[in-house]
Amino acid sequence: MSVVPCYRYLTEAEVRFLNAAVERLIPSDESGAGAKEANVAYFIDQQLAGSWGVHGRCYRQGPWREGKPQQGYQSRLTPQEIYREAIREIDQHCTGRHGKVFAHLGADLQDEIIRELEAGTFEFQSIPSSLFFELLIRNTQEGFFSDPMYGGNKDKVGWRLIGFPGVPASNYDDHIDERNIPYRVEPVSILDIKNGSVELDSQGYPKHVLLKS
Amino acid sequence: MALIKQKNVDVVVVGCGVSGSILCMELAAAGLRVVNLERGRMIDGMREFSSPHAFDEFKYERHSDIFQNLSRETVTFRNSSSDAALPMREMGSFKLGEVVGGTALHWGTHSRRFLPWDFESLSKTIERYGPDALPQDCSMQDWGITYEELEPYYDQFEHLYGVGGKAGNLNGEIRPGGNPFEGARSREYPNPPAPMTYAGSIFAEATRKFGYTPHVNPVASMTESYVNPYRLMLGKCMRGGFCSSHGCANGAKANPLTAVMPVLSKHKNYELRPLCNVIRINLDSSGKCATGVNYIDARGREVEQPADLVILASYTFNNTRLLLLSGIGKPYDPIANTGVIGKNYSYQTGGKVTLFFEDKVFNPFMGGGARGVSIDDFNGDNFDHSGLGFVGGAYVAVSSSGAPPIKNTPVPPGTPGWGLEWKRAVSKYYNRNFSIRVTGGCQSHRGNYLDLDPTYKDANGLPLLRMTFDWTENERRMSSWISEKALDIAREIGASKLSASPTRGHYSIVPYQSTHNVGGVIMGADSMTSAVNKYLQSWDVSNLFVVGGSAFPQNSANPPTNTIGALACWVADAIKDQYLRRPGPLV
Ligand SMILES: Cc1cc2nc3c(=O)[nH]c(=O)nc-3n(C[C@H](O)[C@H](O)[C@H](O)COP(=O)(O)OP(=O)(O)OC[C@H]3O[C@@H](n4cnc5c(N)ncnc54)[C@H](O)[C@@H]3O)c2cc1C
Ligand code: SF4
Repeated sequence: MSVVPCYRYLTEAEVRFLNAAVERLIPSDESGAGAKEANVAYFIDQQLAGSWGVHGRCYRQGPWREGKPQQGYQSRLTPQEIYREAIREIDQHCTGRHGKVFAHLGADLQDEIIRELEAGTFEFQSIPSSLFFELLIRNTQEGFFSDPMYGGNKDKVGWRLIGFPGVPASNYDDHIDERNIPYRVEPVSILDIKNGSVELDSQGYPKHVLLKS
Repeated sequence: MALIKQKNVDVVVVGCGVSGSILCMELAAAGLRVVNLERGRMIDGMREFSSPHAFDEFKYERHSDIFQNLSRETVTFRNSSSDAALPMREMGSFKLGEVVGGTALHWGTHSRRFLPWDFESLSKTIERYGPDALPQDCSMQDWGITYEELEPYYDQFEHLYGVGGKAGNLNGEIRPGGNPFEGARSREYPNPPAPMTYAGSIFAEATRKFGYTPHVNPVASMTESYVNPYRLMLGKCMRGGFCSSHGCANGAKANPLTAVMPVLSKHKNYELRPLCNVIRINLDSSGKCATGVNYIDARGREVEQPADLVILASYTFNNTRLLLLSGIGKPYDPIANTGVIGKNYSYQTGGKVTLFFEDKVFNPFMGGGARGVSIDDFNGDNFDHSGLGFVGGAYVAVSSSGAPPIKNTPVPPGTPGWGLEWKRAVSKYYNRNFSIRVTGGCQSHRGNYLDLDPTYKDANGLPLLRMTFDWTENERRMSSWISEKALDIAREIGASKLSASPTRGHYSIVPYQSTHNVGGVIMGADSMTSAVNKYLQSWDVSNLFVVGGSAFPQNSANPPTNTIGALACWVADAIKDQYLRRPGPLV
């Protein structure tokens, strides 16, 4: 059963931007799929469309001052607004300078722009310079490593990359004293359990299937 | 003007967390009619924290609704009084609870006692090193209570919360395998210590070569299934690795929901009112007697709850804020150095050394319940501070408390933060690293305090609490000196790459550090320099008790909850055995 991602907040152009950007942050290589194939853009879309996208559980009263970095997020804009505004400005910049939107640039140029975002040297008109990068890298890692039920980490590629088993089995105690013996299993997600694709033990925990290495 | 007035009760307790639930239980059992007001919602832990939904790092790392809803209330923060304080808009440095059961539903269960030194750190420092050893503008104080006085209550709380560990000092006799630096304990822990992990045992072996004394961390996640003195059964911890920040699917984490509420909620003398946010303590015309509290109920109505006795157990921040909003006690003024409410806000320092290996794997996802190994050789005053230029210390530990991947993908120093190189480093080292943590105390300082924010308001239009806090030179020196010791241990272990990050620079409210916020309503022997007496009774209003980490005059390196729980047990006894017989000031 495969579900076609249906975007709720992002426009198609924004999805193209994000697919290109997250592919640079966590690229695909022979060790496994990267963030684009993990559907991280879709994960971000789901987050933006939900309560976090409007900072539903965050304090949102003014006055709005930028403050010091140690004082954290102080933007008047919500994550929805920051993604929309930042992507628009970056694409405008790329079109002006290179004649193409970000998604159509080569990897080297894309990396260069991401480095400018990271360093805070990319000047946005409306938002503090490194704010967008901080959100993007955080959401990319969240989308790559969170349970696939959130829409990213497709086929548990993030967990496979590092050898994270996901939902624990109930017998970790049998292994916990082991010295220097890797515990490599087929990772299990909440989504797998809800799909009924994993065998459970009598306590309701998944039975892990050991991987032959 | 309150719209609704409830019938008078014997006791109203504000907050249903670690301390509130214990006080309610003990006082209801003593025959008092208790109303417990909790701003958070009701929760059925069995349903909400069941498998597989409890194993959701993304939710519990960031978005769960068991955490405080900052859209309604937060704190404002600045490093010093010359800055403008701004609201903590997103949950950051600490992660407060807002639910029946409070913050400890998602705590990490590490349960160390404070050292005897911690309670008398000011006088012991002067005694050993002279008054010149105190850092400039340091406002550390003795607690007005000694370890020996509190020991029976530590014992009571540890049995209530089923702590597993190994005694290092049993009635004065030093026991192998335990922590020889701990204060004398009257009984062995109620549960056995947790088994060591591979990382923990490598650390333990290395520390022994330096002559240090490694011991297994005491934890309130059950190392065996356990029946506590309230006859409640707690399940055995299965070390699934989604622990701190998460609810527990096994009922193995001691907290109000597992260790107290199933009995308390059925008690005929007890009434719990969730979704009731207390906004003020009411006083009579003399200003010396509390008449009850006002709260906003779930429907938004303001309600008055009269009571003979008022107990605040609403965590450090609201304990302080409710006193300030109610005009009880004199607010602290750092410039004139007068007043007490809000004084000595403190925290903990957290440095670490991360070790990366080529040839060792640790399966870091197995763990939880603060399992780990520590040494106390650099904690408190367990080592000679002569000439070091700082007071206090840290415990140094390897903790195997699970490693869900959003938060636990460290990479060796020099690795870029993204791109292929990052991806390869994460892939290689996720299973091949562990950290030695240097968790330090924090002395109190004249410029670190809490007061009401002049600008920002909560959803009820009341001023937010304002935190003015920064690390001082004392903490930076301490953290860097002890981190050097941790680095020595790391080198002895022989990792291929090391990264060290002691506490330095300015305190930031952004990254999560710990929910070990203390002070603001500090205890002491002198009403001029403390807000509550040794029984946590307000010096100004004798039928008001303020319980929690708010009472700590400065912070120990050790996690606070064992001491918060012990103080709650101690206060319950003081009320039952002394106050009820002769209401009025106990000191
Ligand atoms: C991720 C994490 C890990 C932790 N790990 C450890 C650890 O390993 N070891 C350790 O010792 N400690 C740990 N702690 C800290 C521990 O959780 C706290 O020390 C402990 O819960 C404090 O207990 P308390 O009773 O003072 O407050 P809480 O448990 O926070 O209870 C206070 C209650 O008061 C309610 N309240 C607040 N204001 C109001 C109001 N105005 N009206 C009505 N109700 C109100 C709150 O909603 C809350 O339910 C951890 C905390 C976190 C978040
Ligand atoms: S590690 Fe133990 S205490 Fe922690 S959540 Fe899992 S079973 Fe509960």
